[in-house]
Amino acid sequence: MSTDARRLDPVDVVIVGGGWAGCIMAKEMTEAGRSVVVLERGSDRSTASDGAYPASIDELEGNFRYKLFQDLSKHTVTIRNNSRQVALPYRRMAAFLPGEGVGGAGLHWSGVHFRIPPDDLRLRTRVIEKYGAKFIPEGMNLQDYGVTYEELEPFFDRAEKVFGTSGEAYKVNGQVVGKGNVFSPSRSDHFPLPALKDVYTAHLFRKAATEAGFHPYSLPAANASRQYVNPYGAQMGPCNFCGYCSGYACYMYSKASPNVNILPVLRRHPLFELRAGCNVLKVELDSDGRRATGVTYADAEGNTVTQPAELVILSAFQFHNVRLMLLSGIGKPYDPARNEGVVGRNFVYQNVTTSTVWLDPKVETNQYVGTGGGGVAFDDFNSENFDHGPLGFVGGSPVWVNQAGVKAIAAAYSGGPPGTPRWGSAWKAGMIDTYRHSLRIDAHGTNMAYRDVYLDLDPTWKDAHGQPLLRMTFDWKDNDIRMNRYVVDKIGNVAKAMGARRVHLTSREFGKPFDTRQYQTTHLGGGAVMGTDPGTSALNRYLQSWDVHNVFVIGANAFPQGTGYNPTGMVAALAYWAAHHIRTTYLARPGPLAG
Amino acid sequence: MQGLAGAAACGTVLASSGRAGPVAASPYRPQFFDAAEWAFLVAACDRLIPADASGPGAVALDVPRFIDRQMDTPYAHGAQWYMNGPFMAGPDNLGYQLPYAPRELYRHGIAGMNAHAATRHGRPFAALSAALQDDLLRAAERGSLVFGDVPSATFFEQLLANVMEGAFSDPIHGGNTGMGGWAMLGFPGARADFMDWVDQYGVHYPLGSVSISGERA
Repeated sequence: MSTDARRLDPVDVVIVGGGWAGCIMAKEMTEAGRSVVVLERGSDRSTASDGAYPASIDELEGNFRYKLFQDLSKHTVTIRNNSRQVALPYRRMAAFLPGEGVGGAGLHWSGVHFRIPPDDLRLRTRVIEKYGAKFIPEGMNLQDYGVTYEELEPFFDRAEKVFGTSGEAYKVNGQVVGKGNVFSPSRSDHFPLPALKDVYTAHLFRKAATEAGFHPYSLPAANASRQYVNPYGAQMGPCNFCGYCSGYACYMYSKASPNVNILPVLRRHPLFELRAGCNVLKVELDSDGRRATGVTYADAEGNTVTQPAELVILSAFQFHNVRLMLLSGIGKPYDPARNEGVVGRNFVYQNVTTSTVWLDPKVETNQYVGTGGGGVAFDDFNSENFDHGPLGFVGGSPVWVNQAGVKAIAAAYSGGPPGTPRWGSAWKAGMIDTYRHSLRIDAHGTNMAYRDVYLDLDPTWKDAHGQPLLRMTFDWKDNDIRMNRYVVDKIGNVAKAMGARRVHLTSREFGKPFDTRQYQTTHLGGGAVMGTDPGTSALNRYLQSWDVHNVFVIGANAFPQGTGYNPTGMVAALAYWAAHHIRTTYLARPGPLAG
Repeated sequence: MQGLAGAAACGTVLASSGRAGPVAASPYRPQFFDAAEWAFLVAACDRLIPADASGPGAVALDVPRFIDRQMDTPYAHGAQWYMNGPFMAGPDNLGYQLPYAPRELYRHGIAGMNAHAATRHGRPFAALSAALQDDLLRAAERGSLVFGDVPSATFFEQLLANVMEGAFSDPIHGGNTGMGGWAMLGFPGARADFMDWVDQYGVHYPLGSVSISGERA
């Protein structure tokens, strides 16, 4: 395809994907004086056009017709539970909802904005230190990130200031300063904005979790609790708890997005160019495959175009980055039989289950009030905050009430308590009771990496451009199911302290395979992970390809295993971390970054 | 009886039913569904969300109209689904694998439901008693009917999903007439501003729903 492609004038940096990672990298590279082209395969989007009130307050279009999400008719994946099965196409949106268009999933995300627990960054080392190497189950590819919390801290801080994140710190510069998460590491500064108010259900959860002996804190939220101007000069309005975050462009300009927090400034920069509707087909390599020369893409009119560049940054969604590496021959593809090769290795998901608590029928829980990133959590069973020794599993879950605004169609789908019919008069009564008087508590847990869980190219199905779909081989594993069941059991204690009328604890079940038909979370990770060993990671600790030094790959693909937290804060920090090292070292002396 | 246009479109079917049909809120002539299909749709909607003490039913909320209008959207043509072959059957948990878009699922499914009604009871679905209609819907939900290569549960899930959407989406899409679905649920619709209600703990929200077009309930 590349031979008949129209060849454009070279630019310094070409960036694949216009979401958070792509926009952060574009901002950093233009600040460094480099010419940048961002290629986004979806349409151009802005809050003004896609978030305008009241047309955007449309649950059918937002959450059920997936107006802002990936067009599966053109690109999807195939999925199977194990390598003995034939993987089948993910034909309809359900289990996960990848984004598309300028802003990416960053336009229609919820806003939960975490750092990462320091122990999660060196989980293999930490588990061996505490419990011995034999504690790691057979077949689990447990790894370290190769970067420490202390190294990343300035970049977490930077990302929070750009996002206008609301929250309450626990420790700043080693001093206890507030009622934040007692398990969280010290910060160099406070959150840029105070925590959002607790909605009623979060308020009840905070009280009950305290009574149950846990340590609740306000979820860090990239939903502005007040008016805010970020370091780029981009402006945010105060969140009004409208309840339309996830699936929508925020009409209040309160939820951080690339479209609100970076692009208004970036679009005016003379060195920046955005090309929407451009689907990158492959990264072009020189004859020995050691250096990228640019990318080839199909533009909106269907022309095949080659954009030469000195530096190629892949910053599409997690699995698109992995697929593009496989299609381009960057890095050795993973071979599960030998547990060798790195591209496709350590594909992970997140282990989320939602339990429901019914309160007294006199109490109105007002579930339509909500903000995507707000709520109350406790971390007593997350990361290495508890002793895993007697429990015999690796990983954990934060537990929270994150009432993002439950809307009417979703309420109808959710129905009534277990045992209620799914339609008819009994459904109606149960559904109305549940909507008015219940609340939901999530166990938002880790999913570890396993030797036989991976990504590769599908042998059968193709995308709209005739290229193979990515194939996911994924199932839940015993370790992760046991972790989920242990933590969900603790939710029972909180529900009891709430004086629940009825409780339905939902936990993962042994022997029940991953089900692509039910929404779980869009927090997919791994597949092209970072690390310090080229034998087990596709990227070095600066997110630079070990094999092709002028390719950097930014995204949740870099996570060696799943974390209990939402990934966006970590992805943004990794983008700033990689950008810092590109700016301070790589641009002056292009080559593999050492150390 | 049926709304005017609806009655005209399927009068013979309803006339043979011998019982009063549910009443649609608005006169409407279906564009996608033919008379027999429309009669099924109205009758099925009435069983899935019946009018009762909790609030209005799907027919009064014009859910059949909503579904008929949806059939003219890209969604119903399968434009949002990956529809490239080959199409292969697999375990249920790997998701939908049929070559049919929603429009085709309705055509196959309704014909199948009416065929089962005719075989078992000698009459189309819409002409059966509520109890027999419920039995057939439950059988479809369980997946115990077969409509050619469309499992009945696949059709049932398509129908149930669209019925829920029609009763509870913004009236701009043709259902949820008068915001009756939202009122029974206590959902304020497009109000979308609770700055002053975030910490009004446990209290019933006093303002009625509003729609995208500015209608108030």
